[in-house]
Amino acid sequence: MVASRAIGSLNRFSAFRILRTRGYSFRNFSGSSALLARTHVNYGVKGNVAVIRINSPNSKVNTLNKEVQSEFMEVMNEIWASDQIKSAVLISSKPGCFVAGADINMLASCKTPQEATNISQEGQRMFEKLEKSPKPVVAAISGSCLGGGLELAIACQYRIATKDRKTVLGVPEVLLGILPGAGGTQRLPKMVGVPAAFDMMLTGRNIRADRAKKMGLVDQLVEPLGPGVKPPEERTIEYLEEVAVNFASGLVDKKISPKRNKGLVEKLTAYAMTIPFVRRQIYKTVEDKVRKQTKGLYPAPLKIIDVVKTGLEQGSDAGYLAESQKFGELAMTKESKALVGLYHGQVLCKKNKFGAPQKDVKHLAVLGAGLMGAGIAQVSVDKGLKTLLKDTTVAGLGRGQQQVFKGLNDKVKKKAITSFERDSIFSNLIGQLDYQGFEKADMVIEAVFEDLSVKHKVLKEVEAVIPDHCVFASNTSALPINEIAAVSKRPEKVIGMHYFSPVDKMQLLEIITTEKTSKDTTASAVAVGLKQGKVIIVVKDGPGFYTTRCLAPMMSEVIRILQEGVDPKKLDSLTTGFGFPVGAATLADEVGVDVAKHVAEDLGKAFGERFGGGNPELLGQMVSKGFLGRKSGKGFYIYQEGSKNKSLNSDMDSIFASLRLPAKPEVSSDEDIQYRVVTRFVNEAVMCLQEGILATPAEGDIGAVFGLGFPPCLGGPFRFVDLYGAQKIVDRLRKYEAAYGKQFTPCQLLIDHANSPGKKFYQ
Amino acid sequence: MTSILTYTLKNLPSTSKWALKFSVRPLSCSSQLLAAPAAQTKSKKTLAKPNIRNIVVVDGVRIPFLLSGTSGLLQRTSVPKDVVDYIIFGTVIQEVKTSNVAREAALGAGFSDKTPAHTVTMACISSNQAMTTAVGLIASGQYDVVVAGGVELMSDVPIRHSRKMRKMMLDLNKAKTMGQRLSLLSKFRLNFLSPELPAVAEFSTSETMGHSADRLAAAFAVSRLEQDEYALRSHSLAKKAQDEGLLSDVVPFKVPGKETVTKDNGIRPSSLEQMAKLKPAFIKPYGTVTAANSSFLTDGASAMLIMAEDKALALGYKPKAYLRDFVYVSQDPKDQLLLGPTYATPKVLEKAGLTMNDIDVFEFHEAFSGQILANFKAMDSDWFAQNYMGRKTKVGLLPLEKFNIWGGSLSLGHPFGATGCRLVMAAANRLRKDGGQYGLVAACAAGGQGHAMIVEAYPK
Repeated sequence: MVASRAIGSLNRFSAFRILRTRGYSFRNFSGSSALLARTHVNYGVKGNVAVIRINSPNSKVNTLNKEVQSEFMEVMNEIWASDQIKSAVLISSKPGCFVAGADINMLASCKTPQEATNISQEGQRMFEKLEKSPKPVVAAISGSCLGGGLELAIACQYRIATKDRKTVLGVPEVLLGILPGAGGTQRLPKMVGVPAAFDMMLTGRNIRADRAKKMGLVDQLVEPLGPGVKPPEERTIEYLEEVAVNFASGLVDKKISPKRNKGLVEKLTAYAMTIPFVRRQIYKTVEDKVRKQTKGLYPAPLKIIDVVKTGLEQGSDAGYLAESQKFGELAMTKESKALVGLYHGQVLCKKNKFGAPQKDVKHLAVLGAGLMGAGIAQVSVDKGLKTLLKDTTVAGLGRGQQQVFKGLNDKVKKKAITSFERDSIFSNLIGQLDYQGFEKADMVIEAVFEDLSVKHKVLKEVEAVIPDHCVFASNTSALPINEIAAVSKRPEKVIGMHYFSPVDKMQLLEIITTEKTSKDTTASAVAVGLKQGKVIIVVKDGPGFYTTRCLAPMMSEVIRILQEGVDPKKLDSLTTGFGFPVGAATLADEVGVDVAKHVAEDLGKAFGERFGGGNPELLGQMVSKGFLGRKSGKGFYIYQEGSKNKSLNSDMDSIFASLRLPAKPEVSSDEDIQYRVVTRFVNEAVMCLQEGILATPAEGDIGAVFGLGFPPCLGGPFRFVDLYGAQKIVDRLRKYEAAYGKQFTPCQLLIDHANSPGKKFYQ
Repeated sequence: MTSILTYTLKNLPSTSKWALKFSVRPLSCSSQLLAAPAAQTKSKKTLAKPNIRNIVVVDGVRIPFLLSGTSGLLQRTSVPKDVVDYIIFGTVIQEVKTSNVAREAALGAGFSDKTPAHTVTMACISSNQAMTTAVGLIASGQYDVVVAGGVELMSDVPIRHSRKMRKMMLDLNKAKTMGQRLSLLSKFRLNFLSPELPAVAEFSTSETMGHSADRLAAAFAVSRLEQDEYALRSHSLAKKAQDEGLLSDVVPFKVPGKETVTKDNGIRPSSLEQMAKLKPAFIKPYGTVTAANSSFLTDGASAMLIMAEDKALALGYKPKAYLRDFVYVSQDPKDQLLLGPTYATPKVLEKAGLTMNDIDVFEFHEAFSGQILANFKAMDSDWFAQNYMGRKTKVGLLPLEKFNIWGGSLSLGHPFGATGCRLVMAAANRLRKDGGQYGLVAACAAGGQGHAMIVEAYPK
C-alpha cells in the first residue's frame, strides 16, 4: 500500500517542470523599533516570548544568505542565554514571504564541489542547533516558505501558517538540479512520511497551507483577516504573531504538545516503513519511475533518493554527510547550471523592461473564439480583466465560451478555485457577434484565421470602432506583423502577441515589435502578458519571429529523418531521450499538420534552401488525406478519445514509401539523428541573435524552453552552446553540412564563439 | 412553521387594547437613561416629508424566542382581520412545502382569504425587508394596512437528500422500463444517502458565519474578554428588562404537551469566569467566538401592523411610532460579512438629515459580541472610514447608554427571519417608555448585506 501511494504521488512527477517564479507584493514595514541593531534579523520580547523578525532590507523576499544566517545565530544565542526568555516565535515582516529559500548566488560563486558542500554543512549545523533548542521555537509562516525557508521551519519545534493562497511550502531544489541541502532530506521523511517526502522533494511542487496541515507539515492554520483598522495584510501578520506567541507560551507551559496525532493511514505507513523489505520496494519503485521519466538526463532526483535511503538505512549522521556531499556534487553539474540559468532568465522575463504603460488595460477584446482566442480570453478573465470575446458565428462563439468555462471548471475539480469563484470569473467574459463595446477597449487581440487578407479585413473593421489609444495585437505564429500593419492607420499601435497552445498551460508569450511599434504599445502588451501570468520575450519582426523560425528547420529535419525510414516512434524516443518533453513526431501531431505545412511553406519561401531538407510534400499529402494530427484523430499516430495509448497510423506507410530517401549511413546513428535535429535548432537560434531578432540570449533560452520544449536540462540553445562548447557544435554542423549542404552551415556568430573559446553568451 | 406564524398573526391587535396596556405601565427605568434624551435639541423636529404619507406602526408582537427544539402547534384564537389589505412575511430557511409561508399563515390565522400575502427573504434582515416592502406599498398609495413580520423554525429545518440521490430519484421517475430503472439503481452508492444540512454558511465563500465573525473580531483586535463582557451586558440588560416587564411585545405561547411559554428562555446571565471556560466554537483552538458570546438560533415569529397614519387614526388606533427613512447596504461577503451596521448607520442618518446625537435609542442586531464590537471599532476608525467607506472622517462612537439597553439578539435569541421586527418594536417601545424621539435600527445579514432604519416616536 505504501508503495502504491508512493507511486501515486510520483505520477505527478515531471522531469520537465521548471521552477516557476512567484510575484511578491512588497510593503514596507515599520516593525518594533526598539531593537533595530541588525540589518536582516531582529527580535523583541513579549512577556517571556522572543519574537524574531526576519526582514531583509531593499528586497521583496527574504533569502537565507550568509548575513541572514549569521544574524539569526547571533539572535538565537542571545535568546538561549537570556533568563527572561522561555520560548520564541520566528516570523517574517514581509507579507507574502516567510523565507523564499537559500540565496542561489551563494552557489554561483562556488568553484568546487567542496565549497558547495561546506555551504550545506553550515546550514545543517545551524538547523541542528535550532532543532535541539531547549526553548521551543514556533515558526509563524505567512507567504512563501520554500527550500531553505522550509528547512528552517521544519527545524523549529512548531509551525503555524496562514491559510491563504500566497502561503506555499515546498522544496523546489530539484527544479534547480540540486537537493535540499540543509537537513531537508533527513527531516522531511520523518515529518511527513517517506512517500510524501519523496513526492515533495522529487517534484519540487508547492504545497498550500491547508494541504500542509493535513500532511503534518504545519501544526496550526490561521485564517487571513479582512480589513480592520489597518490594512488586511499588516493585521494578518500581527494576528499570526499574536497566535504564535500564545502557542509558544503554551508549549513552555506544556498546555500544547508539539506532537501531532497521526491518523490511521499515517500510522500504518509509518509501521510499514519499519519493514526493510517494504522500504526496499519503495526505493526501487521510486527509482524506476524517476529513471523512466528523467531518462537519465537529470541527476538530482536519483541523488535525492540515494540520500534519503542513506539516512534511513544508515542513520542520521551518514544521512547528513551524504546530503552535504551530494549537494556539493550536484551544484557543480551542467544540469544544475542550466536549470539555475533558466530560473534567472525566467525572473528576467517576468519584468516589464519597457516601464509602465501610459494607460492600464482594463477592457480587453479578443477577436475569434477559436482554440487560441478562447484560451487568451480564459487567462485574461481569470486575472480579473473584463474581456469581450467576439466571433462571427453563434456556434463558434458558443464553442469558445464553453472552452473557457471548461478550463475554469477543471480548476474547480482540482479545488484550485471554488465553483462560486468560477462563476464570478466567468462573468468577466462577454461573448458577442458584433463590435459593440469596442469603443471602450484598451487593447484588441485578434486570433482569427492565419491568413493575411482575413487579418487585414479585421484590422480595418476594428480600427473603425476602437478609440485612439487602443492597441491592436495580432496573435499569429508566422505572419510578419509589418505586413499585417501595412493597412493600419496607426501602425505604432500594432504589435504581435504570439501565444502558445494550449494558452492556459503554456507559459510563454512572444511579443513581436515592428520598426514602427511605439515603446508605449510594447509596454502595454508586456503589462497585459504579465497580468495573464506569462513569461515574456520581446523579439523583432521577421518571418517566423524567433520561436517559429527555430522550429521550422528542426521540423524540416524531422521530415527528412522520417523520409529516410526512421519510424515516428523511434524518432519520438530519440528526441525525448535527448530531453525534449514531447517527441518530434508527436509535436507535429499536437501542433497540427496543416499548421506545420502552412509554416513550412511560408518560411521556406522566406528563407529558401536553408530551411529545406525534408520534403514539405509529406505534410501536403497528410493534409490531403485528412491526417491533421490529434485534432482530426489521425496524424503520424491514431488518437482515440479517452485512451492515452496511441498506435502508429499505418496509412502513413504509403506516404512514406512514395517519398522515401536513402539514409546516409555516416550521419544516421542515433546520436547523429538527435544532433541533426538539435543543431539546426541551435544554429537558427544563434542566427536570430546575430540578426537582432532576439535582444538577449536569455530571452532566446526562455523562448526555446518554455515555448518549444527545448530540453530544460540543457538550459536553452545559448546555455547549451556555452556548456557544451561552441566548437563541438560547429564541428557537428560541419559534419552534417558535408553530407547535406547549406542547411547545416553554421552561422557567423556561432563560428565566432567557436574561434574564441573565452567567448560565452552568459558571462 | 406556519403554525407559530399563524399564532403570532392572531395576536396582532384589532382594538387599541394593547396601546392602553403600554400607556399605564409605570416608568421604572434607571434615571440616567432617562436624562440623556431629554436634554437634546434635535436637528429636525420631525422626519415627516411633504406630500408623502406618514407610515406608522400600530403595534407589533412576537412569541417568545425559544431555543430550538421547543416548538409545536398552538392554540387558536379568532380575531377578525378584514381591514388588512396585504400580508408580507420574511423567512430565511424555507420549508419546501410552505414556500410562500406568509400565505399559509394568513389563511391559517383566519385572515380573509381575499387578503393576498407574499414571502420575502434577505437572510437575517428578512423581516426588515418585509417591513420596508410594506412601507413602500403604503407610501405609494397602493394599500393602507399591511401586516409585516418574520418567522423562523430552526428546530425543523428541511434536510435534503444529497444531490446525487435527488438526481437518481428524479431519474427513476422518468425511467419507463424495468431495465432502465434497474440500471439506474445499480448506480446507487451508499454515500448517496448522506443528507445535506442547510448550513449557516455563505454560499460564495463556504465560510460559516461564526468563523467569519471570529476573523472579523481578530481583524479589529477585539479580545475574548471584551466579547464576553459585552455578552454578559446583553444578558444582564435583557434579564433586567424582562424582570421589569419591559419586553411587552411578547405574547404567551402554548407549546402542546408542554407548558405555556411566556418569556424568552435564552436569557441566562452568567459570570465572566464561567464564560472564560468555554472553548472557541469556530476557530479551534485559539479563536475568540464562543457559544456564550454568539447569538443563538431559535424558533420565533414576530408580526407588525403597519398602516398609513390617516387610516390608523380613522380606525381608532393609537400608533406607536412612525417608520421613516431606511437604507440597505452591501459589501464584501468574505471579509466584511457582518459590517452592515457600520455602512448603513451613517447612510441612513445622512438620508434623514440627522446626526448621531439626534438618536435617542439604538437597536442593533447582535449577531455576535465580536461583530458588534468590531462594528463599534470600525465606526470609530478614521482609517476604515477613509479606506473602505469613502468618507473623510469616522462615523463616530456609539453611545453605549443608548444602545440595546433591553438586551439584544445575544440574550433574546435570533430567529433569522423574525429579528428585524423585534428590533423595531424594541426601539418603538423604548422611545415611548423613555420619552425620546428618534430611534435607529440596524442589522447585518448573510451575503454581506446590511440595513438601517429610523423610527420616530408617535407623539403622545
